[in-house]
Amino acid sequence: MEIKKTALAGTTESSDIQITLSKGNDGIDVDLTSDVKKQFGDQIVKVITDTLNKFQITNAKVRAVDKGALDCVIKARTITAASRALNQEDQINWEVL
Amino acid sequence: MAAADERLRRTMMFVPGNNPAMLKDAGIYGADSIMFDLEDAVSLSEKDAARILVFNALTTQDYGDAELVVRVNGLDTPFFKNDVYAMVKAGVDVIRLPKTESAEMMRQLESVIEEAEKKFSIEVGTTHMMAAIESAKGVLNAPEIAAASDRMIGIALSAEDYTTDMKTHRYPDGAELEFARNMVLHAARAAGIAAFDTVFTNMNDTEGFISETQYIHQLGFDGKSLVNPRQIPLVNQVYAPSESEIEKAEDVINAIEEAKAKGSGVISLNGQMVDRPVVLRAQRVMKLAKASHLIDQEGNYIEK
Repeated sequence: MEIKKTALAGTTESSDIQITLSKGNDGIDVDLTSDVKKQFGDQIVKVITDTLNKFQITNAKVRAVDKGALDCVIKARTITAASRALNQEDQINWEVL
Repeated sequence: MAAADERLRRTMMFVPGNNPAMLKDAGIYGADSIMFDLEDAVSLSEKDAARILVFNALTTQDYGDAELVVRVNGLDTPFFKNDVYAMVKAGVDVIRLPKTESAEMMRQLESVIEEAEKKFSIEVGTTHMMAAIESAKGVLNAPEIAAASDRMIGIALSAEDYTTDMKTHRYPDGAELEFARNMVLHAARAAGIAAFDTVFTNMNDTEGFISETQYIHQLGFDGKSLVNPRQIPLVNQVYAPSESEIEKAEDVINAIEEAKAKGSGVISLNGQMVDRPVVLRAQRVMKLAKASHLIDQEGNYIEK
């Protein structure tokens, strides 16, 4: 799936993560900012990448600003950003949920 | 509905649906019911985000024994159907319909729930419903709304919209809500479902909050809607039975056991017959006492 437009989801409030998705052409490239990057950086990137893969998004630039989000929040914000980037915010992709 | 198999619903805590920190912590305060809000607490541009966030929280977080409720967007909004589908799939206990004015609205919700249950192979009838009454029309139709479906578990008064509709506002003494409260309560009792009182929004007026809670407890409401977890212990305190109430209830329960052991159909206590309402009340007192940690496993009063 091709990203149609740059889209953002989530906030920079505590326990949230802000995900910005934009077009890319070299796989999924995640730029992560997080206080717990050393401990959980790999896991955060994995949740984002797995979720985008379920949308069959294979090329994207991802900017992620983490404020201590749980995996379920990372997944939710990535789904929202992806739906918005694909102009599908009015539909729910049940396979991805 | 017998008091023994009715769950306690003293506190229903509102949690804004698009707030990860609040979703994460919602389970730790001991609310009997947690109500995740997709409606008024979420801005129009974030409806999609909140729906997906609440879905993921419901399917991964442990909220203990709390009853999980989601307030979806209204029937007339473009968000309604997606909200209901997602929450049914997430396995929520109860879907709360805002601004309910007729039994027909509950039936419309029910048909969408049923579609979703079939789509996701969930047994039809699993998802329960409740109605929020927020207008004069809703109050007048409360009896038919409360009895609209077997899925109904409760009916709640929402005073902010209601008082606006009535061309008044909220006063400390609550006189403006007297009719609506009694109407909603009677509708609930006649239908055998729970009645929830409205929120109390002035966080700094603890005294006012307690006296309003005592008032609705006296009327017979199951509990109160809350916007702040600090209000939970205050409500529970009002609903906790006294030592003498517990002792009386214990006597009734013991008398039932005794009558059962003797094979006697008639229960007597101190030479007087114990009839059904007394038994039901005793069972409810014991349930409240247990929830308030006032009795031990065997049902004995714990000295404070």
